[in-house]
Amino acid sequence: MNYRLQQKITRICWVVGLAALAIPFVFPFIWMLSGALKGQADVFASASLIPQTIHWSNFSEVFSYQPFARQYFNSLYIAVIVTTLTLFLSSMAGYALARLRFAGSALVLLLLISALMMPEEVTIIPNFFLMRELGLMNTHMPLILLPLFGSQGVMATFLMRQFFLALPKELEEAGRMDGLSRFGVYFKVALPLSKPALSAVGIITFLFSWNLFLEPLVFVNDIKLFTLPLALANFTDTYGLPLWHLQLAATALAVIPMLIVYILAQRQIVESFALSGVKG
Amino acid sequence: MSAARTGPSLTLKTREAISGWLFVSPILAGFLIFFVGPLIAVFYYSTTEWNLLSQQSSFVGMDNYVDALTRNDTFWHVLGNSLIFAAGLVPLNMALALGLALALSKPMRGVVIFRTVFFAPVITSAVAWAIIWTFLLQHESGAVNQALSLVGIDGPNWLHEPRWAMASVIVTRVLKTVGLNMILYIAALQSIPRDYEEAARLEGANGWEIFRRITWPLLAPTTLVIMVITVVGSLKVFDHIYLMTGGGPQNATLVLAFYIYEQGFKFFNTGYASALAVVLFVLILALTILQMLLKAVRK
Repeated sequence: MNYRLQQKITRICWVVGLAALAIPFVFPFIWMLSGALKGQADVFASASLIPQTIHWSNFSEVFSYQPFARQYFNSLYIAVIVTTLTLFLSSMAGYALARLRFAGSALVLLLLISALMMPEEVTIIPNFFLMRELGLMNTHMPLILLPLFGSQGVMATFLMRQFFLALPKELEEAGRMDGLSRFGVYFKVALPLSKPALSAVGIITFLFSWNLFLEPLVFVNDIKLFTLPLALANFTDTYGLPLWHLQLAATALAVIPMLIVYILAQRQIVESFALSGVKG
Repeated sequence: MSAARTGPSLTLKTREAISGWLFVSPILAGFLIFFVGPLIAVFYYSTTEWNLLSQQSSFVGMDNYVDALTRNDTFWHVLGNSLIFAAGLVPLNMALALGLALALSKPMRGVVIFRTVFFAPVITSAVAWAIIWTFLLQHESGAVNQALSLVGIDGPNWLHEPRWAMASVIVTRVLKTVGLNMILYIAALQSIPRDYEEAARLEGANGWEIFRRITWPLLAPTTLVIMVITVVGSLKVFDHIYLMTGGGPQNATLVLAFYIYEQGFKFFNTGYASALAVVLFVLILALTILQMLLKAVRK
């Protein structure tokens, strides 16, 4: 009895400790939500988390202050394209690097691995001139091409390769017997078997694209072409007025859907990241 | 696929080679154009000086490097800041991640809720996180200082005093990223067989001994991976700096990645910014090679 009591107290201490530690992780979200519903003057004037009057209009004002719906859509469609293309190209390359024997494959792999850790800051200046030469400034193309073929795409290829290495060969051989081409085996046999890896790579790629900041900042200057992160940073001083309440409302609009998706698909999202680190 | 249709005139081996190259060529081509090419170009740009009026560049050899290393104090200050940032962030991040993982790796009630909470900032956009924390760290009216005033502490102007600005950016960045390392540690902890711990307990080992003699050594490969990811991540930090301090106050948070952006895209010192990018490249390459060496030594 005494032992069980002691255990119970220990457990309560742990939970209290963890709860205290969780404050700086949770409080920002709560404060964001509260600020998003306050009037402009209230954001700082009152320390209370409960707004004196609730300003639902903040959310509609966000959309009239800048083309927020369009910016939202920009982020969404860019992330979908980047994710789809990454899944296709990286799984194809990963498949070949894991499964096909061809001269030079080791060299290709080495080349890709050496890029795994390089941040985009290293190549952003030449890429700026390249995009200008290609006439792609102030378009969404750089925001699609650079993640697809930069370290993020390389990481996806590498993860897919690791997955295909572990896939049993027998199933593919059966496909070959049935007269499928190499591409047929990849597309009809290997790809359907790699759903866990595809969803992991897809989740990471989507989030990466969704949160991209440096590239939009460098390549896009038309407000209609802004992506969400850029839009959020744009509520501060366009007219010299800090529009805190709008900025927080926009931030809430950007963050909350992602949080909901995260809470719903939590297990899968967390596992995707665990996989990326273990293999990377 | 064309390789399959070429028929019996080609050997199986050749056909496999052709398929292989066809499969990797889309990503490889893009990679060469948008990564390898620019990587080579940045070395070239770093030896040039750009005339903005005539839009022309001229070869200046190592001048940009000499400029950075000798004539310009800012470079050393920035490099120092990047190292301070890494030196502050990496141990804090890893220690907290390991502590959280140890606390949350075993099944117990509420564990999923805590994991969800600590991981939530990882999936939140860094821009949103930085914006919210900029508000929370305001001098008079920020929530942090208001909380501190409840216990009678007069909080500093976090983001506008040189010695606090760096600490503030580091801590908020740790909060943003620690969840990922925590998950990597949890995954590693869960792959350690339970028998080890039970056997050690039967021998009379206490929690600390088990950690030091069993858990920690078995975590070593994971620790190495996490360390490299975290160090590299800390060297490329940009959005936090851009939004929270803009490199200030008095350049106190001016780190390499931000300095590259500022020199390249704000002041249009393309050659100098390229030289800085090469420095970042060399730093990260050195870290990656170091990691490979450490891995090799282990084996």
